[in-house]
Amino acid sequence: MTLIPQIIFVIVMAIPTYLIVRRIRQIRGNILRGRPLDRNDNSSERWKTMFLIAFGQKKMFKKPIPAFLHLLIYVGFLVINLEVLEFMLDGLLGTHRLFAPYLGDFYNVAMNFFEFLALGVLISCVVFLIRRNVIKVPRFTKPEMKGWPAMDGNLILIIEIALMIAILKMNAADQVLQSRDVAGYHETGKLMISSFLVPLIDQFDTGLVMLTERGAWWFHIIGIMAFALYVTYSKHLHIFLAFPNTYYSNLEPKGKIQNMDAVTTEVKSMLGMPVEAPPANPDEMGRFGAKDATDLSWKSLMEAYSCTECGRCTAECPANQTGKLLSPRKIMMDTRDRIEEIGNGKEEGKSLLGDYITKEEINACTSCNACTEACPVNIDPLAIILEMKRYVAMEESGSPASWNAMFANIETNFAPWKFAPSDRFKWAEDLKND
Amino acid sequence: MSEIKIPTVADMQSKGETPEILFWVGCAGSFDDRYKRVTLAFTKILNHLGVNFAVLGPEESCTGDPARRAGNEFLFQMQAMSNIQLLDGYGIKKIVTACPHCFNTIKNEYPDLGGNYDVVHHTSFLQGLLDEGKLKVAGGDYKGKKITYHDSCYLGRSNGIYEAPRELLQSLDADLVEMKRCKTNGLCCGAGGGQMFKDAEPGNKEVNIERTEEALSTGAKVIASACPFCMTMMSDGVKNKEKEEEVIVKDIAEIIEESLD
Ligand code: SF4
Ligand code: SF4
Repeated sequence: MTLIPQIIFVIVMAIPTYLIVRRIRQIRGNILRGRPLDRNDNSSERWKTMFLIAFGQKKMFKKPIPAFLHLLIYVGFLVINLEVLEFMLDGLLGTHRLFAPYLGDFYNVAMNFFEFLALGVLISCVVFLIRRNVIKVPRFTKPEMKGWPAMDGNLILIIEIALMIAILKMNAADQVLQSRDVAGYHETGKLMISSFLVPLIDQFDTGLVMLTERGAWWFHIIGIMAFALYVTYSKHLHIFLAFPNTYYSNLEPKGKIQNMDAVTTEVKSMLGMPVEAPPANPDEMGRFGAKDATDLSWKSLMEAYSCTECGRCTAECPANQTGKLLSPRKIMMDTRDRIEEIGNGKEEGKSLLGDYITKEEINACTSCNACTEACPVNIDPLAIILEMKRYVAMEESGSPASWNAMFANIETNFAPWKFAPSDRFKWAEDLKND
Repeated sequence: MSEIKIPTVADMQSKGETPEILFWVGCAGSFDDRYKRVTLAFTKILNHLGVNFAVLGPEESCTGDPARRAGNEFLFQMQAMSNIQLLDGYGIKKIVTACPHCFNTIKNEYPDLGGNYDVVHHTSFLQGLLDEGKLKVAGGDYKGKKITYHDSCYLGRSNGIYEAPRELLQSLDADLVEMKRCKTNGLCCGAGGGQMFKDAEPGNKEVNIERTEEALSTGAKVIASACPFCMTMMSDGVKNKEKEEEVIVKDIAEIIEESLD
C-alpha cells in the first residue's frame, strides 16, 4: 500500500500546527507585556473556581436557554475531540476506523453518541445564528459589534455546522460502502442520525461514494486544524483561555480596589513613616495608572484575550442601559485590539486611552460591579477602567472639574462636600431639636 | 424617650475607657440633611439597646472612598493613613457604619495599609441583634405594607450582603416585594464610583430614574435603602416622578427605629 496519503496527512497537519504554536507564543508574549500582579496564592480556591466557572459553566446558567445550547456545543466539542483522536491515528497509520475492531459492539454505541452530540451542536449553532441575525438579541447588536466582531461570531457557527455535517456525511457514505461489502469498511452498525442521509448517497456509484467518504474525512480533519488556528485570532479563544482566566480570578471581595504600593511608599515617606522597601529603581516605577495596554496587569491582558464578546457585562451595565457611551465589553475588545497592535509593532504613537477608549466612557462607570458579576468567565473590566481613571487623575490632573473640586474638599475639609470640618458633629445637636 | 447619649471616643478616653464599638458616621451621615436623620435613628437604636458605643465626632474624616474611585490614589491613601493612625491611637477594634462605601473601604481596603478592624454594616449589625433576640420589633406601621428593598452595590455585589436587610424588613411582617433586578442582578442607583460628585455623562436617561421607575412598578409604598447615596438617588427619583406624597424612601435603620418594641 502506498504511503502517499500518510505523507500528505503529516504535511497537512504540520503546517497548521506550526502556525498555531507560533500564534500561541505571540499571544503569551503579548499577555506578558502587562505589569506584574501576584495571583498565585490560594491554589485550592483557584482550582475550585476554575472547576465551577470554566469547566462547570456555573455562571452561564444565569440565562438558562443559551446556557443549555452552549452546554451542548461545549460537551460536543469535548467529546467529539475523542473521535478526532481516531481520525489522527487513522491518518498517521493509514488505517480506517482503527478503534472499530477493538471496541466491538461498543463502537456502535460510541458512534451513535457522537452523532447525537453532532446533531445537538448543529441545532444549537443554528439557533445561535437565528438569535444573532434574525431575532437580533440586543446585546449582539451594540455599536462595538458592527463589522468583524459580528462576522467572527457568525463564521464560527457556520464552520461548526459545516464540520458537523461533514461527520454525518462521512458516516452516511461509510454505511453505504458497508452495505455494498466494499473491502476495508468495518461494520459500524446502524448510525441513527447519519442513516437519514443514506438514501441520498446510495444513488451514486461506489467510486463516487468512496470519494464522498474520503472528502468528508479530509474536510473534517483539515477543518478542525483550520478552526484551531482561526480560534487563536478570534473571540473564540475563550474555549482555551477560560480555564487559566478563571484560575487566576480575582478572589478578593468585588468592592476591594487593588492597592497601589508605589503610592503607599510615597505617602509613607511624605508622612515621615518608616518605609519597608523603597523602590530599587525609581525610574522603573512607570506611570501611575494606565494610559496604554502595557500599563495594565498581565491579567487584564489575558482577560482581553479571554473575552467572548457575549455582552452580558454590557447588558447589565447601568451606564450602558441608560444610553451612556460606556460598554464594558468594548473596553475588553479595545484592550485586545490595542495589545495586538503593540504586539505587531504598529504602535504609531497611539494609546489605549484616547485613541481607543475615551474619558467620557470611563467617567461614566459607577464601579457597581454588575459587569464583573455578569461575566461568565470572571473578567474584570472595572480594573481597566479604574487604572485609566488613575492615570487621568494622577498623571494628567484631567479629571472632570467637579471631581477636582471634590478632591480639593477632601483635602481641605476632610469631606467630599464643602462643609466646615468643625460642623461635622452638628448632627448630634439636631437631636435636641428633634 | 429617655435621654439619648452620643459619647465621643475622646470623651471616653479621658475617662480611661474605650468603646466596644465605634459608630463610623461617614460624611453623608454627618452633613447630609436627609442622612443625618438616619444617623440619629441608628443612634437611638444603639441607645435603646444599651450598646457600648462612641463616635469620633469632630475627629472623623472622609475614608477617601470617592477619591480612590475617581482615580486619586494619593488622596485616598493620605486619608486612609491618617484615619488608621487615629483609630489605632484610640485602640478601636470594632466598627459599625451606616454607609456601605465607608464599610467597604475600611473593611476591605484599609488592611492593605495596616488598618485591621472588625467592620460591620448597620444592617448586618442589627440582623445579628435580631437573631440573638436582643432587638425586638413590632410590625406596627409596616405590618403587611408593601416594601421594596433597593440593593446597594457596595453591600450586595461588592460584599455579598443580600440577606441582612431583607431579614430585618421581614421581621416587621412587611410584604417585601422584589424588583425585577435585585440581589446579584440589582441595578445601581447611579451614584457609586464618585458619580455622586459630578453630573452624569450624556445618555438617554439618568440611572436613578430608571431604578425609581422599576421600584415604583412594584407598587410598593416604601422603598427601603441602606446607603446614603442610594437614599439620595431614590428620593430624587421619586420626586422627579412626583410620587413623594404616596411613596417614601427610608433607610432600614429608620424603619427599625420606628418599630422598636
Ligand atoms: S462597574 Fe462600571 S463598567 Fe461595570 S457595570 Fe458597573 S458601571 Fe458598567
Ligand atoms: S467581559 Fe465577559 S461578559 Fe463581557 S463580553 Fe467579555 S466575556 Fe462577555
